[in-house]
Amino acid sequence: MDGPGVGWYVIVAAILFATGAMGVMLRRSPLIVLLSLEIMLNAGNLTLVAFSRQFGELDGQIFALAVMAVAAGEVAVGLGLIVAMARRRLALDVDQASALRG
Amino acid sequence: MGNFLVWAVWFLAAAGCLGSGVAVVSLSNPFYSALALIGNLASLAVLYLLLAAEFLAAAQVLVYAGAVMVMFLFVIAYLGGRADAPWAGGPPLLRTAAVLAAGALLVEVVVVLGLAWGGDLRDPAEVSDSFGSPAEIGELFLTDHLLAFEITSIVLLVAAIGGVVLGTTREKDVGE
Repeated sequence: MDGPGVGWYVIVAAILFATGAMGVMLRRSPLIVLLSLEIMLNAGNLTLVAFSRQFGELDGQIFALAVMAVAAGEVAVGLGLIVAMARRRLALDVDQASALRG
Repeated sequence: MGNFLVWAVWFLAAAGCLGSGVAVVSLSNPFYSALALIGNLASLAVLYLLLAAEFLAAAQVLVYAGAVMVMFLFVIAYLGGRADAPWAGGPPLLRTAAVLAAGALLVEVVVVLGLAWGGDLRDPAEVSDSFGSPAEIGELFLTDHLLAFEITSIVLLVAAIGGVVLGTTREKDVGE
């Protein structure tokens, strides 16, 4: 691999993960929170693939594919929740969805 | 020369990745956020290609930038103006804490990476040309990782059923 080493990829993934985490914590629209979650999952995937290449083992890529499948399922359920919220005329604001708060 | 080209492609992809990531988090119109996420996923696919993960890069573009994002855009279109999400501006204390927490995550990764540097992390392993090709991934999925493969299909099935249940309209729910 004549190019950037694994460290550079991991740093990019870390910045991406921090960006996504800020989106999840700062934004209040459930749609943007879901999009930020996707960024966090993809940052994890980038780390998996980078280390898979570093150690020459394909297991990391297999794990990344499993993460992609889980992310697709998460989007299906998350978007279903958002549509259900909209249909019940609830505010699309994660701070106001507090009926289950203990 | 080849080395410089790899670095240039890496730099462009990483910059596109980080820039569009910031755009996803900061734009107030979810439609533009979703479009920025497509750019983010595409530049990640370029990084995967640089890491010899051809099948994963293709799956990323097909599954993520294709199918998942189309679903997002459909829902955003369905919600229409209600989906707009201007910066709500919570308590300043919470905002500061969120930025600090995200910064702490970043610092942790860099520190751990610095501590572990050298040894295994210095030189990448030698891999064959077929590393990350669909054939090798498929073979691993059907031999060593068969259980993970089957469980993944069950997870997807459950998520699909969950999506249908959540999306089903019941008479008493409407206009509640």
